[in-house]
Amino acid sequence: MTLPSNSNLNPTLLKPFRPVGIVGYGAYVPRYRLPAREVARIWTEGQAALPIKEKAVPGLDEDVVTMSIEAARNALARARISPEEIRAVWVGSESHPYAVKPTSTIVAEAIGAVPNTQAADWEFACKAGTEAMVAAIGLVGSGMAHYALAIGMDTAQGRPGDALEYTTGAGGAAYLLGPAEESLAVINGTFSYVTDTPDFWRREYQRYPEHGQRFTGEPAYFKHITEAAQALMAAANTTPADYRYAVFHQPNAKFPQRVAEMLGFSKKQTAPGLLVSQIGNTYAGSAIIGLSAILDIAETGDHILMVSFGSGAGSDAFDIRVTEAITERRERAPKTADYIARRTEIDYATYVRYRGKLAMK
Amino acid sequence: MEISRHWRLNKQRYSLVGEICPHCDAKLFPPRDICPECGHEARHGYTFNGRGEVYSYTTIYDAPAGYEETTPYTVALIKLEEGPMLTAQLTDLGGQPVGIGMPVEMVTRRLRSDGDERGMIVYGYKFRPILRA
Repeated sequence: MTLPSNSNLNPTLLKPFRPVGIVGYGAYVPRYRLPAREVARIWTEGQAALPIKEKAVPGLDEDVVTMSIEAARNALARARISPEEIRAVWVGSESHPYAVKPTSTIVAEAIGAVPNTQAADWEFACKAGTEAMVAAIGLVGSGMAHYALAIGMDTAQGRPGDALEYTTGAGGAAYLLGPAEESLAVINGTFSYVTDTPDFWRREYQRYPEHGQRFTGEPAYFKHITEAAQALMAAANTTPADYRYAVFHQPNAKFPQRVAEMLGFSKKQTAPGLLVSQIGNTYAGSAIIGLSAILDIAETGDHILMVSFGSGAGSDAFDIRVTEAITERRERAPKTADYIARRTEIDYATYVRYRGKLAMK
Repeated sequence: MEISRHWRLNKQRYSLVGEICPHCDAKLFPPRDICPECGHEARHGYTFNGRGEVYSYTTIYDAPAGYEETTPYTVALIKLEEGPMLTAQLTDLGGQPVGIGMPVEMVTRRLRSDGDERGMIVYGYKFRPILRA
């Protein structure tokens, strides 16, 4: 597949008047792992090609609220700021525990950010987290807020036996955005590319999502990511060689590696942020937990490209530069790899129980 | 429905907010406004650091109403680093054995639903083996 021709866009970076960066970040991955071979054992007598090795599964007492709280606490531990200074707590997810009642108020209460804060839940399939980040950049960059917290977290749903069941994982990350001068990584600018593309959806009251099979690839994932990434690099006057790391949304192991290749990024640039084979597709948390794994190892001055993708569809691209504050601050909370290493394998039956697929009454 | 009762306990349940006695520096959990050590008024909020150790424990196979869906689970007496003892569920054990003196840390988790699946979700503290020393 060749890259789409350059569109007629005249890309202008989304860039606030006041420079903004990441003051703190935190990851979360639940403990349990369902190997893809277990899904294949149940549904294809073990014959299916496996899109990943295994996915993270939340425990019975976990949901997007509890997972967001832990990631947010890690972000706060790194930032060492008073939670009362946070002026927005925004949680992006497609698995909010309530249909009506914000996840974000519970998270804000638990971390001590109430009552003088914005709080809202964001939805845009797998890019709800980066959507919240862009909005947080705007809030801080305009001077309305000193700090804003953006979280992308999911306990993704997949229909039993569906291709998605192999990959729908659980996890995500929290980003505390603040003034660039206080940051461990400065966000130089972002660029978004959004169209009405029906590649994946879940109707109201439906338990599991529907997807357009192969339609989820070229017109959706590849088109939006390449357009957003190319426009961002054109506007920032960069090339793939300028970045030490790149991270893309990770619905399976194949797509992000292929899109990296299409854009001209090497395996060396993408490997540290490519977590899907170990934790699955964490939806709104996918690209940004890849970023947290990169920040865990990055060095001062490293340049990072992150591009999310959310079905429906759209991509947010970020140009990020790591500062010297990273070295000390990343040690203040558990790293992404600590959560990935904390691993208990479960079988399909336990998975069915943990994910509430058993009718108890 | 016990919405107001749960709501009043949000701070202590979500983030282990207790009290500190301004007279003798004792830390109190749960908050009770009068210091059990010196008998004076103690209304200053204090957020516990969440670390402690298992003082004793037991595993529940026959759960009380509202907790049936998570059996079996382990309940422990946790001695917090700052002194107080509290009762909480242990979580994220992943099959690893529990022992007296085991270091644990607080996490905020779902405790149960108030009533059936239509009721509000009650969140609160549990403890797990320390993720990272």
